[in-house]
Amino acid sequence: MKPFTFERATTPAAAAATAANVPNAKFIAGGTNLLDLMKLQIETPAHIIDLTKLDLDRIEDTSDGGLRIGALVTNTNLAANGRVRREYGVLSRAVVAGASGQLRNKATTAGNLVQRTRCPYFYDTNQPCNKRRPGSGCAAIGGVTRQLAVIGVSDACIATNPSDMSIAMRALDATVETVKPDGSTRAIPIADFHHLPGATPHIETALAPGELITSVKLPKPVGGKHVYRKVRDRASYAFALVSVAAIVQPDGSGRVAVGGIAPKPWRIEAAETELPRGAKAVATRLLDGAKPTSENAFKLRLVERTLAAVLADAKAPA
Amino acid sequence: MMNTDVANPPGAVSMAPVSFEVNGKRCELVLDTRTTLLDALREHLQLTGTKKGCDHGQCGACTVLVNGIRINSCLTLAVMHEDDGITTIEGLGTPDDLHPMQAAFIKHDGFQCGYCTPGQICSAVAVLGEIEADVPSHVTGDLTARAEASDAELRERMSGNICRCGAYSNILEAMREVAGESA
Repeated sequence: MKPFTFERATTPAAAAATAANVPNAKFIAGGTNLLDLMKLQIETPAHIIDLTKLDLDRIEDTSDGGLRIGALVTNTNLAANGRVRREYGVLSRAVVAGASGQLRNKATTAGNLVQRTRCPYFYDTNQPCNKRRPGSGCAAIGGVTRQLAVIGVSDACIATNPSDMSIAMRALDATVETVKPDGSTRAIPIADFHHLPGATPHIETALAPGELITSVKLPKPVGGKHVYRKVRDRASYAFALVSVAAIVQPDGSGRVAVGGIAPKPWRIEAAETELPRGAKAVATRLLDGAKPTSENAFKLRLVERTLAAVLADAKAPA
Repeated sequence: MMNTDVANPPGAVSMAPVSFEVNGKRCELVLDTRTTLLDALREHLQLTGTKKGCDHGQCGACTVLVNGIRINSCLTLAVMHEDDGITTIEGLGTPDDLHPMQAAFIKHDGFQCGYCTPGQICSAVAVLGEIEADVPSHVTGDLTARAEASDAELRERMSGNICRCGAYSNILEAMREVAGESA
């Protein structure tokens, strides 16, 4: 790890201002992703701003019947929250499908949203990677690609977003609330929060330099049956090959977001109009424009099959 | 607000004070800010019961309890634990006064080489606490009901602790026994 100076943040706005003003500063909260990357010298901040003493660890009802989740709410506390379990079940399910108990006890809601990819070529500092060193090239393209993305990719990057939580947040139409270094606040729809790689895969989110996530807002519950199904190489503690977050209404309409296949939570609202025609119709529309490799083309069929299983689950009596 | 010297020359080692309780004892340290909680315990407080396995949060050998919650001590900075209460394997029990989980691991042969065992035991104690505290898991059938300490629940919840010797089935038996006693 490279040496760094350390401070404890006093307010979110002050933390954002410091992050914008001190060269090469980084926020830390759970630290489960950042410290891993710092040990590998993939992240090399010169200054660390510890957010953990900020008052951002509550889950509160909003005036419009929704829920506001503080940025520092741990994955465990999010998944265990009574309202999340009853009214946003897909989110609770997605969170407990990820990582291990120890990691979920530390990892935070905001940290989960900004975690980096687990692409092995991003992690291997001997390899070129446009995320790690912009302009150096992508060793994943033409490399071992079984785990990597099949849609939303570019000639510069085929890494996936590894989050389970974000897939459910996308299905729930969450909003990411932030404070900027000048103290102003804004709300970013989750659909716009994660960026596709294009020619700039190192720019992963809509956050401006120094901008700090303070909470994630969920709209009022939409009812329906909530399902999160994750397909992976082990039964537990592994990243998704494909995961499906779905909210299905009694009339067969619903929402579907897919993980493990793209650089961001993958949801195409137009594909959801195909739900009455079944998984194949939805998957075809959802995966239109996919650019798989020979090693990960299986994910296209796997999306369809996982979705079919999810729709069967949703139809089954409770 | 504590602040290390931001004007340090780039690349210079930065030191910071931190004070926390380990196994009920107050500890005041001044550490290189890079020091993980794991290294603080092992290298500065000589509490070598907690083990360094992968040092990347994948194996669970470094699991300790912070304010009663299990975490990977390798993936957290010591200076982030001001005023926290940390329990390591040395604080759970002693050879003369074993924690029930330690006794159950011995009784059921829940280890072979023993390297992952302190992390396994800390994790196992916390898993029963998490079930008690109504934290759901990936295998919990009904999210609106309390999870039970079933074999499937215990296995899933222990998936962050790897045992290369493969003592898993005996670890499960040890946990089952303690869960039965506390139920």
